[in-house]
Amino acid sequence: MLRKLFSFHGGVKPAPHKDQSTLAPIASVPLPERLVIPLHQSVGGHPRPLVQPGERVFKGQRIGGADGSLSSAVHASTSGLVRDIVPAVMPHTSGLTTLSVVIEPDGEDRWGELDRVNFRSTPPDELRDFLRDAGIVGLGGAVFPSHLKLKPGKEGSLQTLVINGAECEPFITCDDMLMRERAGDMLKGIIAMRHMLQAREVLIGIEDNKPQAIAAVQSAIAASGETGIEAVAIPTRYPAGGAKQLIRVLTGIEVPHGRRSTDFGVQCFNVGTAYSIFEALERGRPLISRIVTVAGNVDAPRNYEVLIGTPMDHVVRLAGARAGTDRYIMGGPMMGARMPAFDVPVVKATNCILVGSPALFPPPPPEMPCIRCGECAKACPADLAPFEMYWHSRAKNFGKAQEYHLFDCIECGCCSFVCPSHIPLVDYFRFSKSEIWAREREKEAADTARDRFEFKNFRQEREKQEKAEKLAAKAAATREKVGADGSAAAASSSTAPAKPSGDDAKRALIEAAMEKARQQKAQIQPKNTDAANPAVQAEIAAIEARRQVSATNPTDAPPDGPPSSGA
Amino acid sequence: MINSPFVRKPASVQSVMLQVLLALVPGIAAYAWFFGPGILVQIALATAAALVGEAAVLAVRGKPVALFLGDLSAIVTAWLIALTFPPIAPWWLTVTGTLLAIVIVKQLYGGLGQNPFNPAMAAFCLMIVAYPALMSQWPAAGQLDARTQLDLIFGGARQIDAITGATPLDALRTALRSAADPASTLHGLRAAQLMDGPAFGLIGGHGGEWVALGYLVGGLWLLQRRIITWHIPVAFCAALFAAAGLLWALKPEGFASPLFHLASGGTMLGAFFILTDPVSGATTARGKLLFAAGAAIFTYVIRVFGAYPDGIAFATLLMNICVPLIDMKTQAPVFGHKKD
Repeated sequence: MLRKLFSFHGGVKPAPHKDQSTLAPIASVPLPERLVIPLHQSVGGHPRPLVQPGERVFKGQRIGGADGSLSSAVHASTSGLVRDIVPAVMPHTSGLTTLSVVIEPDGEDRWGELDRVNFRSTPPDELRDFLRDAGIVGLGGAVFPSHLKLKPGKEGSLQTLVINGAECEPFITCDDMLMRERAGDMLKGIIAMRHMLQAREVLIGIEDNKPQAIAAVQSAIAASGETGIEAVAIPTRYPAGGAKQLIRVLTGIEVPHGRRSTDFGVQCFNVGTAYSIFEALERGRPLISRIVTVAGNVDAPRNYEVLIGTPMDHVVRLAGARAGTDRYIMGGPMMGARMPAFDVPVVKATNCILVGSPALFPPPPPEMPCIRCGECAKACPADLAPFEMYWHSRAKNFGKAQEYHLFDCIECGCCSFVCPSHIPLVDYFRFSKSEIWAREREKEAADTARDRFEFKNFRQEREKQEKAEKLAAKAAATREKVGADGSAAAASSSTAPAKPSGDDAKRALIEAAMEKARQQKAQIQPKNTDAANPAVQAEIAAIEARRQVSATNPTDAPPDGPPSSGA
Repeated sequence: MINSPFVRKPASVQSVMLQVLLALVPGIAAYAWFFGPGILVQIALATAAALVGEAAVLAVRGKPVALFLGDLSAIVTAWLIALTFPPIAPWWLTVTGTLLAIVIVKQLYGGLGQNPFNPAMAAFCLMIVAYPALMSQWPAAGQLDARTQLDLIFGGARQIDAITGATPLDALRTALRSAADPASTLHGLRAAQLMDGPAFGLIGGHGGEWVALGYLVGGLWLLQRRIITWHIPVAFCAALFAAAGLLWALKPEGFASPLFHLASGGTMLGAFFILTDPVSGATTARGKLLFAAGAAIFTYVIRVFGAYPDGIAFATLLMNICVPLIDMKTQAPVFGHKKD
């Protein structure tokens, strides 16, 4: 069946480099010595740890609970011992750390109890909670919590469910191999998603450079006997795998920046996400592993099923890193991020570990001035004019850059790829966006501070006024009382004995307060001996005891004893 | 720190400029064939002046000289100057024009990519205003041998009026004006009859139309190589054809045919090589159409009603002024914001 396809503007055709890593089937990875599982692996809140150091965990046990609705759970990838919960370097170019659970595998790889769910008989809300607790997030790279996307739009149903098997980045073949080897199970996940979204049709978009994957998916569809699901071969052109570009190619709909695709009757998921939903629903297995392509400067590029938290170099070793390796890139060469270290963990977003070397990815030639040739605009899949945004970004004229739709930029890298002046255009746009965000945060903070300051002034003014009113009232009352007392004293002339008793009570109160203050001071006084070793501590305790005794009986103090004020 | 993308298309400013230079070769070959080797001398002079001028300013500005000379953009400017100046212009005229273009119009505005005006056309305009006579003397095809041409370029005494004439465009305009004058011997003759002389060829000037064909071939090759887009050449030729065609249709005896306008003067050079300069031209698709159509109208008006041999240089500068406004007002809607 021939379907009418649409086209998106621009795009580029980088060398694919996909053949080498698809020669062998997906391989498993031996357990590493340690797994470092970051708690924050998806868009949204930071999951809180649910385990303690020293605790034994099962494979698939929840170790991080979703933090609010925009968040997703995290699980132990194998059974073992929780060694530590510490900040560890995360797989991000910045080299920043994030709270991570360090697990020492016990080698048994033992699953805990697994709950399965029948998606047809379970209410949608419960299903979504189940998927949140199973840690299902988008595996195409964006790691957006999937349960939030599995809601039909306002109408309660959806026209088209788009499944993204385009995989347009060079080198990456994890989705290709998943479709070749696990199309049937993936399809079951898709059917569950279709049910949750009440979608009328399902379109699985696959770039036409993956004929084996297309054939595998098509035969799985035929075998299932399902109707309304179609595997569609789309032209190979980067970034056809961008969600917006794929939706455009398959349906002709352009989802604008900042709008939900469900408002247009479309929702889009990666094929890997569909498979992990199958694993969660039908096998009860949360998301604890994913397929990762290891490619680039290695002897045998290949795909591996990798446990989340496995150090990247542990996986790369299996493929045989070649001499000259100077970096790992997470993702592909177009949008991937350079890793700050070789042993950062594989996370849910890791679709590819691209092993780089100066020979494979040489540094760009020197940057030349922009000649406004417009190649970037011709290549831009978002129909932007990158050279105009560059001009304004360079001048830090961020308002103007936004007028040229800076935030519609998807950072696909096409403009940098084609620029004959070798200008790192995407870097300029990332910089501008972060500057704008920083300024907005600053402005917000300033607004909050101003509001707070104004409220404080208001409050102080109000308190002053209230105090003044209170004082005035009190003074009036006292005056009245004094007036009454005076008249009473004059009447009775027996006020003298009452006064000293009042003074005594006051003195007693003051003394009690002072005593209390002394005790508190003694309690909070820090000791400079806290860090000493146990033997020294014991000695100090003995000295303290003696001092206590001497303090209570000063006359018994030995002449050479420590001065009692020394503590 | 290098961020993604880690791969790049093997493209460079140098390769773009080199392809532009290669695309000029057919036109230059036809030029030298019909008009003699003077043009080759002019190209050599302009190239040398451009490189020396550019290197000097780059050194003063503290820029990497070899890197920027290697981008070949100065040589493109030099060749365009040589091709638009008369082939028998004295050497100092070409050298001064080239230095003006490179030093003032290009480098003083910030160098490569920063100049608001097309350097070659700005130089042409400055020189034609400063030296109108020298800039208006063009030999007919085959009129001067190599020796005479070299004497004229490097020699002292010039008896230019005796040996050279005007461009076919100039000649036809003068003739048409005479034809409109009852006192003239040419009175009543039509453009077709006026074009009967040896200076004219099949549709344009004799020889000049072959040079134009050479530029067309080179320009089409640039289109095929995707160095330029179709917008500017098509809009320029179409608008020029339309403007010329309108007046010609109304009064065929008073105006040259639209085909003559396409094949004469710098039309093809302008359409494919001058107006397509990305730095000083419009960049959006609609903007390019407007930019080139505007240039065509100005060119036609200056050619027919002005006093200069050709109008492309002034038309280019006039439209260069409008580029920021054109670009701003013709931004295409971006992804997801289209109203279709």
